[in-house]
Amino acid sequence: MKPVYIIDGARTPFLKSRNRPGPFAASDLATEAGRALLLRMPFAPTDLDEVILGCAAPAVDEVNIGRVAALRMGCGLRVPGWTVMRNCASGMQSIDSAIDAMAIGRSSLVLAGGVDALSRVPLLFSDAMVGWLSAWYAAKTFGARAALVTRFRPHFLAPVLGIMKGLTDPVVGLLMGQTAENLAWRFDISREAMDAYSARSHAHVLSAQREGRFAREIVPLYDGSGHLYAADDGVREDSTPQNLAKLKPFFDRKYGNITAGNSSQITDGGAWVVLATDEAVARHGLTPRGRIVDCQWAALDPAEMGLGPVYAATPILKRHGLGITDIDAWEINEAFAAQVLACLAAWKSEAFCRDELGLPGALGEIPDDRLNVDGGAIAIGHPVGASGTRIVLHVLNVLERTGGRRGLAAICIGGGQGGAMLVERVD
Amino acid sequence: MTVDRSSWALSRDGDGLAWLTFDRPDAAANTLSAATVDEFVAMLDLLERDAPRGLVIRSGKSNGFIAGADVGEFGAIHDAAAARALVERGWRAFERLAGVRYPAVALVRGFCLGGGLELALACRYRVVVDEPATRLGLPEVMLGIVPGWGGIKRLPALVGAPAALDLLLTGRTIDARRARKLGLADECVPPRIMANTARGVLLAASAPRRLGFPLSLTLTTPGRRFVADRAAKAVEKRASRAHYPAPYAILELFRRYDGNALAPPVGNPAAIDALLATPTARNLIRVFGLQERLKSFGKADAAAVTRVHVIGAGAMGGDIAAWCALRGMTVTLQDQDAVRLTPAFARAATLFKSRLRDNRRIRDASDRLIPDVAGDGIAHADLVIEAIFENVDAKRAVFAEVEKRARADAVLATNTSSIPLEDIASVLAAPQRLVGVHFFNPVARMMLVEIVAGRESDPAALARAAGFVRAIDRLPLPVKSAPGFLVNRVLAPYLMTAMRCVDEGIAAETVDRAAVAFGMPVGPIELADAVGLDICLAVGRMLAKDAAVPRTLAERVDAGRLGKKSGQGYYLWKDGKAQKGVAGVPDAGLTSRLIDPMVAEARAALAEGIVADADLVDAGAIFGTGFAPFRGGPLHYAANEDERAD
Repeated sequence: MKPVYIIDGARTPFLKSRNRPGPFAASDLATEAGRALLLRMPFAPTDLDEVILGCAAPAVDEVNIGRVAALRMGCGLRVPGWTVMRNCASGMQSIDSAIDAMAIGRSSLVLAGGVDALSRVPLLFSDAMVGWLSAWYAAKTFGARAALVTRFRPHFLAPVLGIMKGLTDPVVGLLMGQTAENLAWRFDISREAMDAYSARSHAHVLSAQREGRFAREIVPLYDGSGHLYAADDGVREDSTPQNLAKLKPFFDRKYGNITAGNSSQITDGGAWVVLATDEAVARHGLTPRGRIVDCQWAALDPAEMGLGPVYAATPILKRHGLGITDIDAWEINEAFAAQVLACLAAWKSEAFCRDELGLPGALGEIPDDRLNVDGGAIAIGHPVGASGTRIVLHVLNVLERTGGRRGLAAICIGGGQGGAMLVERVD
Repeated sequence: MTVDRSSWALSRDGDGLAWLTFDRPDAAANTLSAATVDEFVAMLDLLERDAPRGLVIRSGKSNGFIAGADVGEFGAIHDAAAARALVERGWRAFERLAGVRYPAVALVRGFCLGGGLELALACRYRVVVDEPATRLGLPEVMLGIVPGWGGIKRLPALVGAPAALDLLLTGRTIDARRARKLGLADECVPPRIMANTARGVLLAASAPRRLGFPLSLTLTTPGRRFVADRAAKAVEKRASRAHYPAPYAILELFRRYDGNALAPPVGNPAAIDALLATPTARNLIRVFGLQERLKSFGKADAAAVTRVHVIGAGAMGGDIAAWCALRGMTVTLQDQDAVRLTPAFARAATLFKSRLRDNRRIRDASDRLIPDVAGDGIAHADLVIEAIFENVDAKRAVFAEVEKRARADAVLATNTSSIPLEDIASVLAAPQRLVGVHFFNPVARMMLVEIVAGRESDPAALARAAGFVRAIDRLPLPVKSAPGFLVNRVLAPYLMTAMRCVDEGIAAETVDRAAVAFGMPVGPIELADAVGLDICLAVGRMLAKDAAVPRTLAERVDAGRLGKKSGQGYYLWKDGKAQKGVAGVPDAGLTSRLIDPMVAEARAALAEGIVADADLVDAGAIFGTGFAPFRGGPLHYAANEDERAD
């Protein structure tokens, strides 16, 4: 693979959805993080070859949000901008699409990222309501309208939650949380283990915040009424195993194990990285922070989509002759605690590694101090389109801090896929 | 003067429409001089012989339709007969236009002011182009004169008396959409279909707009009286009849003479003779000229500034940054941490909302204003403005860092009001790069910006800074680096004297009343409270050579009563307003006691060459301190007083 360098990256704080539209539209988030990142660059925004933005749920008024963000960030009329969508990995797909364009020599300097404002996913009219309304608009006479009024039923007004549609697999009909229940069942993961893992995520984010480990990647946001958003706001001091144990199962009601507390949070956020080839590095005098060594996509049963990281990361390790401990820092996106724990269990299982991954034996265990060391989406939140970019950027930050060399960012994808990216620090 | 026949160009199209294009070959903007009005009438004569199916009147200039009457020509008029002739020429021309047999439409793109709007009003229809640059208004009142070419007659008939009087009495302009909403324009369209719209309006030839009920009542005789009386009460609160006769004349012309400025008999206060008898109109026209002169300082052929970096997000720095973003600059705003930037972004959001209204334009302005704690914007900036607290060491530290990171061609500027530029520039490897760009508070309202030349300042950097000030629609005034520059220097003795009067036991309200009666927009004590008493004290100490600081000022600053910002100064402040008691009757000598020190300081500043000439002293005092514009500035006023005394 032709070398692709990560020059720098930045993201917004991830803002938890408070059950009403958040303070920023997705393009606001993308613009604010991107313009701050571009400010750090010695080149002008107009020097970019293209802007690629992953977004799982663009709002109806900014469907090609990649172009909207490019224009709003001051990239000028002549820099193309486009949007990619691979559900939860949209923000990793944008990076891979940049790699493609660089590989064939079409681009040498790309801004790639991901964004979503899940708090703004709309409520929709039901089909029954839409049908009634279209009949109403078609009705010309008073009589016809009067007849329609008698056919109206209050339940027509019940909205369809766009976010619930988005979090339901359209092929197998399971909510994402139910696919995680499947993994918990298959790998025998207890509620206690899930809650303990979730508490760990919160604790790690809190200590990372205290030590200022996110300072380099977070761009503070200001809204129009004098509020500053400087940090990820979904993390909680009181997310202890004891407190998490009190929450009710959300997806398989009553007798399930997956709760809001051991799932990732519904969140708004955006993240970007600047990617460059050797040639662009030389042209603009850039100082790369890291290099993307490899990328892999994989697919699996949608009902077990959470194992995606296992299927995507393993081929990369194989290709480069690496064992699990040759990776100095792992970021496995925390869609659900059960799902991360299932990935770990799969790699530890000789049978799974042999039968599913074609390995001679178990791959082994990721040391606890190399996995999601600053927490993950359970505490920070999972603005679907943005997470792929965030974990690639963050694994690089971890390598820089710990002095490690190789990092692996992997993410599970609703619909039954996985994505993984191998990153190396550049001195 | 010879009549240049090429100002108006006439062509005809296949639909039988005539297209009359106004394009003065001798000027950047279209204005109506005697010659161009005569030529316009000649064009109407020509059309009369072979009447078209309709007439489109449009501009050949890209910057606007018509800016109004030729102010240079008007300013040169000194006797009533010449003024009467000028009014009559335009009045007759537009009466003639209003009476033509064929329909006429004014196609208005860009500014359409004064006589230009009166021409448009005389057409049967108006099509306005929906762009931010399209502005319509009758600003004559701001020059101390009245719209004499039919504006007072035709505008109320189109939009009703209340809206018309609002425009006539304030002189403010409106945009294309507002014009359409008021009924001033028949159509408001994007430029791509403007010509087609003008054609379509003429070919449809529908009945001209009629004012509907109940607005039509405002044009009846009792309606006129009622509306004019109410408007007069509002005017009395803003401008006294003695200082500003023009709004009262406009009301009289509307009430009794159907807008015909030639109708009032000699001796009537609304007659042209009466308006010319006071120096107000002449002084206001002079002020207009001074404003044009200040604008010209920003026209030097210097590279345009498009990216600005502002350091210091306090009241001044934050507002400078927001203003620059509002006016189209890409701005990075730096302070020590994110929290300190927060209030600046809240104020910016308020500014954008109130000035732009359109959501997309508000968003674009917000996108141009970028928080930048790390100072990454310095490397991209054409201009870096430092606006931190007044401490020479802190400023030196800022510029030492800035010089390392800024582009070699970037202009470095300080907004200091009290520290000599040379003291700051000494830290720079290239001290000639530093200039002063001194804004006044509140940035969004104060038109003047002093461009301060230090001993070593590079003239090219000064020219570029002045061009920047013009680009953000402010008025640059070149001044020499000396304590207080021009504006604060002239203002300080006036404020200090006012406070000394309070020391002596005169009520603050009484002092302010004397100044307002003279024509100041606000009294000196209220102004000091608004500026901040701590700042007044610092400036007073810097500028007062030997005089003691007013006792009441020092006491208040010691007690932390700093004025508007702390809620209490000389006055108690509530909801941004000074709570005033009843003013006493000022002593006969109080006014001159307040004004004379200002005049004396203005003379001293001129003698020291702080600005190039006396006109610029007056310009600085008017646009920087609010010195009563109808008096023409402190030096002009003093010269007139001397004349009167002789």
